[in-house]
Amino acid sequence: MRQFVREFIRGIFKENPTFVLVLGLCPTLAVSISLINGIGMGIAATFVLLGSNIIISLIRNFVPDRIRIPCFIVVIATFVTITEMTMKAYSPALNRALGIYVPLIVVNCIVLGRAEAYAQKNTVINSLFDGLGMGLGFIWALLLISAIREFLGAGKLLGYTLIKGFEPAFVLGMPSGALLVIGLLLGFFNLLKNRKA
Amino acid sequence: MRMRDKFIVSVSPHLHKDESVSKIMWMVVLSLIPAGAAGVFIFGREALGVIILSIVCALVTELFLQVLTKRKVTVLDGSAFLTGLLLAYNLPAHVPFWIPIIGSFFAIAIGKQVFGGLGQNIFNPALVGRVFLVASWPKYMTIFTKPLTPPLCTGAGLNYDAVTSATPLALLKEGKILENVSYLNLFLGKRGGCIGEVCILALLIGAAFLFFKRYVSWHIPITYILTVGVFTYIFGPQGLFSGDWLFHILSGGLILGAFFMATDYVTSPLTYKGQIIFGLGCGLLTAIIRLWGGYPEGVSYAILMMNGASPIIDRYTKNRIYGTK
Repeated sequence: MRQFVREFIRGIFKENPTFVLVLGLCPTLAVSISLINGIGMGIAATFVLLGSNIIISLIRNFVPDRIRIPCFIVVIATFVTITEMTMKAYSPALNRALGIYVPLIVVNCIVLGRAEAYAQKNTVINSLFDGLGMGLGFIWALLLISAIREFLGAGKLLGYTLIKGFEPAFVLGMPSGALLVIGLLLGFFNLLKNRKA
Repeated sequence: MRMRDKFIVSVSPHLHKDESVSKIMWMVVLSLIPAGAAGVFIFGREALGVIILSIVCALVTELFLQVLTKRKVTVLDGSAFLTGLLLAYNLPAHVPFWIPIIGSFFAIAIGKQVFGGLGQNIFNPALVGRVFLVASWPKYMTIFTKPLTPPLCTGAGLNYDAVTSATPLALLKEGKILENVSYLNLFLGKRGGCIGEVCILALLIGAAFLFFKRYVSWHIPITYILTVGVFTYIFGPQGLFSGDWLFHILSGGLILGAFFMATDYVTSPLTYKGQIIFGLGCGLLTAIIRLWGGYPEGVSYAILMMNGASPIIDRYTKNRIYGTK
């Protein structure tokens, strides 16, 4: 049990995909413009990560080593298609807001990275907890970035105006603002880590 | 500081020069005073308020961050003062009070201290602050005060239509006819624009002082201005070789940028050869942005882009070490 907890916790802080491994920056930069987009993207990616981790660790013993990447991609693409169709059916607005970045989860480096680095070498249960932890790590990172960007860049949170008369800085709604926020947060978390060490 | 660090051990001859980074910074500040005085005269008291706020906030930010990160406190070396001053010169006179405050905070914190303080920054801090403000609050950064109007405060705030005007370059971009913009008015600063960029005469006085004291070499500013002139002359509105080159040199922030911001020691190349390349690049980018870009003015973007290129320029223009091939 303890081992599962460790696998789970690792993705959230110590090996956080966004702030420590610095993976999956492309969707992070593009989507974190508003909190609701961040939540949607985080949940979609977590679902794909969880599913692909489980399936890949199930088939790990009879996938030939040479063609493992195509096999992984087929598995991941299946889950992405499921996600996209579900999203189109139940929340078309979110699907429109996320646009091309939902199908692009296929090439999200967190998903393939965990498949390659973890799921193909570990048991199903471990991979499940790893996927869940990494997914949650990705979600909270996205939540933090998108909350900062939506508040400072549009003056709102979840679409509601918080402070009247607050003049938002447009630049934070643009990709350059996303790079700025991510850079500062990365620096901040590295500072915390160094101070602890 | 340990004792042995105080002694610099090197081979003779030893020359002493009565210059320091701090002294040069304060001299540049001194050379910028005429332009600021002209700006305050042209745009009124608000301009002075913007300048003071910007400088004070730059100093406070520098002090705060240096104390916070436990580094040596060097607030009074003039560099933060200069950054605040230059940022204010790049703002319109009628901005809300928080624009210079946020701008100079950003300039010092993100433009300079994040990289490790003076001498470490890749980009000119004042321009980083300005570009951040333009990208964030374009509606305040593109409203310019009409020159030489009496202070108009009509009860519920400013009547913007009565006191604002576009810059000559913005009018040119919109394809409007330029009325009462003579070369003399441009030279003396009777036009819409940022506080410190309008009075070319005052800027040239400051620049002449810097040349005279040899704090600035001719390589960057002259190649920069000449490139813009030649390029805008060649690609004129009525076919080749019909451009109004003098207008392009006198308008916008070209003179301020070329003499006082492109020549920043930290962010420009070290060798003369490199500086000429740097000036050429700045001039080309400025002219391209002005003629075909989306913005009316391109000086700040051009300088920032070439700042990013100056490490590469430095790498390829190293001076030959004496005695080697």
